[in-house]
Amino acid sequence: MSKELGWKKLPMGGIIEEAGNANSYETGTWRSFKPVFHPETCIHCLFCWIYCPDGAIIVEDSEVKGINYFHCKGCGICSRECPTKVKSITMEQEF
Amino acid sequence: MSSIVALTGNDAVGTAMKQINPDVVAAFPITPQTELMHKFADFVANGEVDTEFVLVESEHSAMSAVIGASASGARAMTATSACGFALMWELLYVAASCRLPITMAVVNRALSANINIHCDHSDTMGGRDAGWIQIYSENTQEAYDNTIQAVKIAENPSILLPVMITLDGFILSHTTETLNILDGKDVRDWIGEYNPKRSLLDIKNPFTIGPLDLQDYYFEHKRQQAEVINNSYDVIVEVGKEYGKLTGREYDLIEKYMMEDAEIAVIILGSTAGTTKEAVDILREEGIKAGMIKLRVFRPFPYKELREALSNFKVISVLDRCISFGAYGGPVFNEVKAALYGISSPPEITNYIYGLGGRDVSVEEIKSVYYDMRRISEGEKVKEYINYLGVRE
Repeated sequence: MSKELGWKKLPMGGIIEEAGNANSYETGTWRSFKPVFHPETCIHCLFCWIYCPDGAIIVEDSEVKGINYFHCKGCGICSRECPTKVKSITMEQEF
Repeated sequence: MSSIVALTGNDAVGTAMKQINPDVVAAFPITPQTELMHKFADFVANGEVDTEFVLVESEHSAMSAVIGASASGARAMTATSACGFALMWELLYVAASCRLPITMAVVNRALSANINIHCDHSDTMGGRDAGWIQIYSENTQEAYDNTIQAVKIAENPSILLPVMITLDGFILSHTTETLNILDGKDVRDWIGEYNPKRSLLDIKNPFTIGPLDLQDYYFEHKRQQAEVINNSYDVIVEVGKEYGKLTGREYDLIEKYMMEDAEIAVIILGSTAGTTKEAVDILREEGIKAGMIKLRVFRPFPYKELREALSNFKVISVLDRCISFGAYGGPVFNEVKAALYGISSPPEITNYIYGLGGRDVSVEEIKSVYYDMRRISEGEKVKEYINYLGVRE
């Protein structure tokens, strides 16, 4: 929903005609706290990936690679569930 | 084919619903609507309709269920009254905003407190800004006719808005009148099959309905809604004409009674229009050039038709069976005044709140409104613009 259409061009009744387009909607701007990933202490248990409600943990080859800040709303569940004592994801003030 | 039958307002609307044979009806009982759904439940139990009849635990659920059904591509209907209508409030807006062509009969009843089961229009008048088309009925015949037309208006592909038709609680809902009803097959042929463009059950073409809609798009969607309800005037008139061809009973946005040479006029809606016609007839015998305009459609508000019909009057009175606390007069008064503002030499417009909580309004009382108007037209200064007709001091 990056191009903002006028009322004459929008589909009727506020419906979304295209399936699976949540991917293109930026919810990262809602964040007030930002998760910061510390790869040096991460044990790649993938708890953060399982718990993240927005699928915003980037995983490649079964290893956590970082955070998708376009979608992350900053809820902090990843940091809360991280089992390492030092916390491999910490929440930091965004502004 | 048509036949003349004697039915109460509730039975007449129940019969219309049977003939429409909707896919889904969800309802919760509330006086004075209860017998309407009782009647329809009989048709369901006797296998006279194919309807999936959903008994829900509240009106909030009733409207939610028909919203879900309508979004799934079903022709969905319900009915309610007063506090039940108030409990639907949140969902009324959802139904209209999602452009779901639901039809609903509202049997008008006063709102609590104190508890009163009798007629006034404070229920539907309170819901006037929800985005529904609102059609008021003068008698049982109209309640029946409006129910059938409502389906055709709602489902017009260029409209797709919910439509509520109203009938005055007890005065119409529980009073037996003779009326003409169509053959069930003729009704179904006339309204046709409902083939929505989109259905949530169509898994090959998925879509999302009622999603989050924030500062960036909500306003545009409301602007669309304003446009579509304003475009519905023509469809309502067209459907009224087509219905006239089918039945001989044509319907318009407003009905004019003895207006050709009238010098004073009442603007009113609902069953008291019948009482007013009686008063007009008597006044005509007395040599008073009285007329009346009945608003059949209140949403969208037929302001152009009123402007055309009333611009040459010196004085008119608007009767409201509803009180709008803290407002300058009742809701119909406000709309009529707004419609006539800006024309050259507009009439004096007075307002009479009447009949709250089912208080009977007599022909004599209506006549007194015309006598008040006559004195004003002869030069007397308006004493009170907002009056209460039939209340004890």
